[in-house]
Amino acid sequence: MTAPALKAVGLTKRYGRHHALSDCTLDIPASRVVGLVGPNGAGKTTLLQLAAGMLAPTAGTIEALGGHPASGADQLAKVGFVAQDTPTYANLSIADHLRFGAHTNPGWSQATAEERIDQLGLDPRQKAGKLSGGQRSQLALTMAIAKRPELLILDEPVASLDPMARREFMKALMGFTADDKASVILSSHLVSDLERVCDYLVVLVASRVQIAGDVDDLLAGHFRLTGPRRELAELPGGVDVIEESHTERQSTLIVRADVPLDGRSFTVEKLTLEDLVLAYMSKAMPAQPARESTR
Amino acid sequence: MIEFHLDGRSGVAPYMQLIQQVRQALRLGLLVEGDRLPTVKEVVAKVAINPNTVFKAYRELEYQGLVVARPGVGTFVTRTLTDQSLAAHESLREELRTWLAKARAAGLDDESIDALIATTVRTPTEEST
Repeated sequence: MTAPALKAVGLTKRYGRHHALSDCTLDIPASRVVGLVGPNGAGKTTLLQLAAGMLAPTAGTIEALGGHPASGADQLAKVGFVAQDTPTYANLSIADHLRFGAHTNPGWSQATAEERIDQLGLDPRQKAGKLSGGQRSQLALTMAIAKRPELLILDEPVASLDPMARREFMKALMGFTADDKASVILSSHLVSDLERVCDYLVVLVASRVQIAGDVDDLLAGHFRLTGPRRELAELPGGVDVIEESHTERQSTLIVRADVPLDGRSFTVEKLTLEDLVLAYMSKAMPAQPARESTR
Repeated sequence: MIEFHLDGRSGVAPYMQLIQQVRQALRLGLLVEGDRLPTVKEVVAKVAINPNTVFKAYRELEYQGLVVARPGVGTFVTRTLTDQSLAAHESLREELRTWLAKARAAGLDDESIDALIATTVRTPTEEST
């Protein structure tokens, strides 16, 4: 039995009176590509840093691959972490970066690292500070991949990249996943970044997990219902309304349903992942224009 | 060998798009018995999708009896999809014409007809994939 990639129970992180993460409970299976999505300031970075052992929880517990984060060298070797904006050392050359990686990581594969740098068409003597944003992100990813982690955590890895560099980054990340069967957790405030690559989704809004689950299950269990207002006033058991809007006669509902929905009196449509995420976001922060902050 | 592409706005699940593209290629004769499908690694490196999505599509195609996976070698086409349903098209088209005439007689315009067809096809209880 493989240990879950990430398991959290009642996980809470407070800074003074400010709740960065509140009562977060998760059980994410291994060998998945997990998307952590939420608006800026939702607590994504806090959760990822807790998983990597860079922060200690105020309350609750968290385990990565069955181990306590930051419990020792073994755990650190198993978990890779790429911080926000894929940082590198501007004054060090690419070759220096690889030497540094080889020195600090017991499972380091120099062959993997060199092969990737070669594929990217980069000169190992070049200083990281002279690389483009896309190239720097690829260098950071190369370091993380050559470490051969069982769990790779990436905090907003593509946020500052242009669409072309984003696509190239995701191709490389997915190539790694296909090869190593590793677990990957990456965060973004854009669902569109995650849509193709993730098979598991966690929506974090206002320091709380709103929903988490297998992407296919989520898409199969959520619907948009449109129809006459009185028809939709009474719904069968097993149907949870996530979002609703009404005109005098018509209602539009976003629902989570475990039971088959009878579509005779109203229209039942499937949702896109983006619609689904936005529904949970507006549910969690009804007073704010959630749509604005997620685009 | 075929190349996959994904339409992010189609609303069709990515694994389903891969299946549809293979089936389409089989129907059009672009893929024939014995052809190898791209490896999972090749697909993810081309279209930047989750490897599990490709595994899922290939598993489903195998279940449909169209391909077989040979571990360490690749996934191969075992059956073509020459269109045996073609014969049925004409009578179905005839029935559809009759139905359309009925719908127009009842006062539905093209848009209403499209809406009716779309909502009927998409009703989840009747979906078969």
